Amino acid sequence: MFLFIIKRLLQIVPVILGVTLVVFLIMQMVPGDSAVILAGEGASKETVEQLRVDLGLNKPMHEQYISYISNVVQGDLGNSLKNNQPVLDEILIRLPITMELAFFSILITVVLGLIAGIISAVRPYSYSDIGVMVVALLGISLPSFWLGILLMYVFSIKLQWLPVAGWDSTAHIILPAITLGAGGAAIVARMTRSSMLEVVGQDYIRTAKAKGLAEHVIIYKHALRNALIPVITVVGLQFGSLLGGTVLVESVFAINGLGRMIVDAIRTRDIPMVQGGVLVASLVFVFVNLLVDTMYRVFNKRIDLN
Amino acid sequence: MTVNTSLVNTVDLVLARKKIRREKRRLFFSTLGQNKAAVVGGIIILFYISLTFLAPILAPYDPYAINLQDKLQFPSWTHWMGTDDKGRDILSRILYGSRLSLGVGFSSVFFGAFFGIILGLVAGYYGKWVDTIISRSLDVMLAFPGILLALAIISALGPSLINVTIAVGVFSIPLFARIVRGSTMEIKQLEYIDAIRTLGANDFTIIFRHIFPNILSPIIVQGSLRLATAILSAAGLSFLGLGAQPPSPEWGAMLSSGRDFLFSAPYMAIFPGLMISVLVLGFNLFGDGLRDALDPRMKK
Repeated sequence: MFLFIIKRLLQIVPVILGVTLVVFLIMQMVPGDSAVILAGEGASKETVEQLRVDLGLNKPMHEQYISYISNVVQGDLGNSLKNNQPVLDEILIRLPITMELAFFSILITVVLGLIAGIISAVRPYSYSDIGVMVVALLGISLPSFWLGILLMYVFSIKLQWLPVAGWDSTAHIILPAITLGAGGAAIVARMTRSSMLEVVGQDYIRTAKAKGLAEHVIIYKHALRNALIPVITVVGLQFGSLLGGTVLVESVFAINGLGRMIVDAIRTRDIPMVQGGVLVASLVFVFVNLLVDTMYRVFNKRIDLN
Repeated sequence: MTVNTSLVNTVDLVLARKKIRREKRRLFFSTLGQNKAAVVGGIIILFYISLTFLAPILAPYDPYAINLQDKLQFPSWTHWMGTDDKGRDILSRILYGSRLSLGVGFSSVFFGAFFGIILGLVAGYYGKWVDTIISRSLDVMLAFPGILLALAIISALGPSLINVTIAVGVFSIPLFARIVRGSTMEIKQLEYIDAIRTLGANDFTIIFRHIFPNILSPIIVQGSLRLATAILSAAGLSFLGLGAQPPSPEWGAMLSSGRDFLFSAPYMAIFPGLMISVLVLGFNLFGDGLRDALDPRMKK
């Protein structure tokens, strides 16, 4: 297992380098002179030139990239153009909020998705199965930002059960987590259903039935355990879109997380902030994928991932 | 005599091929037709496409005409979906907005498919270092969670609907490329490709005339399902204010401005969202049905 993790860590090094390269190139893609943009409107020629030298923008691109990488490794993601504060400081304030939102959303994705999937698979083609699958299909099709607004309208404005926006208490977490987790839950439900139906057809389940085991023992001990393997992969993949989805959900519910920070930074053209935010979110995603791969191996020892 | 026999054989072969193609087409449409969900999805998509053409005829008002006297009116017989904060008729705006949402969806998927197919064909056909470089680059693109790559691109290019199309398109490239790469690798090992190569065909002919037509099925299925994601992503980016700019009647942008009036005029946010959801549902239903009809191996 230890060797496997080391091997996977080595494999993600080129991916991380690639991600830093893309994030670095964002700056190069900005039309016009980067130094002029960074200096802001109305800056004097001298200031622009000074900035160009300070940031090494007068050097060849490969040198700029190398110095960017060495800064990133040292935890220097540059300074915000808005308030000149280090980007990393801002990210360290925002990231825990986004991770908390992501955690509760993935919890909803897994719990709701599994329950719905099992209900469907236990009585295939029954009304409960069809009902769950229709809801799941709707869950995949509803834009999260619309679902968020609808939930906010019903539960915060009309019923006044939950707060409209913000991130101060447990009550604030409920609606954003449901909004963000719903789409994933729908996908997990569909995956659990098809995976369980496949497992239920296997010989060992028939044997278990023939032995006279109770239905719940068959479902939970035999079928679900084996059906979970592909579901774990789906949950892992969902984490990516979930992390991307925080951008929208944080904007709907006015949550000061990493996603909202990136969107605000794009609006104000605070490019170092965008670069830092995108880089950190992607690194989190890469490491979560590593975690999922490791869990996959723990759950399914038959598969040799090496 | 020999010439005549070979001519007859060729004619027979051509006729037989035509017959097979006809039979395949019949089978495809009958499988697709039997799938109720796919039929419903297809009808929804056709309905939306017809809206894009009929918008000028169906729209009761000018979608851009500001009429502050009639602002924030609830749905009524004069304004079926009500009016927005500037007194514009929401129904008319939604009808015209269908052109933008569908337009962005189709163009971005076309963009992603075009580059994804070329990259996938080249990686799958040539293999070795070419494949390694392309595949590793695709891995990097896939390492960006969700729409974050699209956001990064927009941050550089600036907010606009065209840039959203490019950004969502780029974000679709790796998905097409991966599918095409896998299918290409499978097909290039088949005997008929060896036979064509022995006959002297060059790589370009083999890739585009003999491999590409045989991997269309997974591409079409992916394209249809991808349209759903592309429309959602583009609407999401416009919702964030990074895509279509006011006064454009793009549905995501309309939803975004409706959010500010959730207390007094909730319908301003409800109708655009409903339009996006039903369209995405249509593509999801149709995509699932297409997958079952075109590629039984991919059937869930």
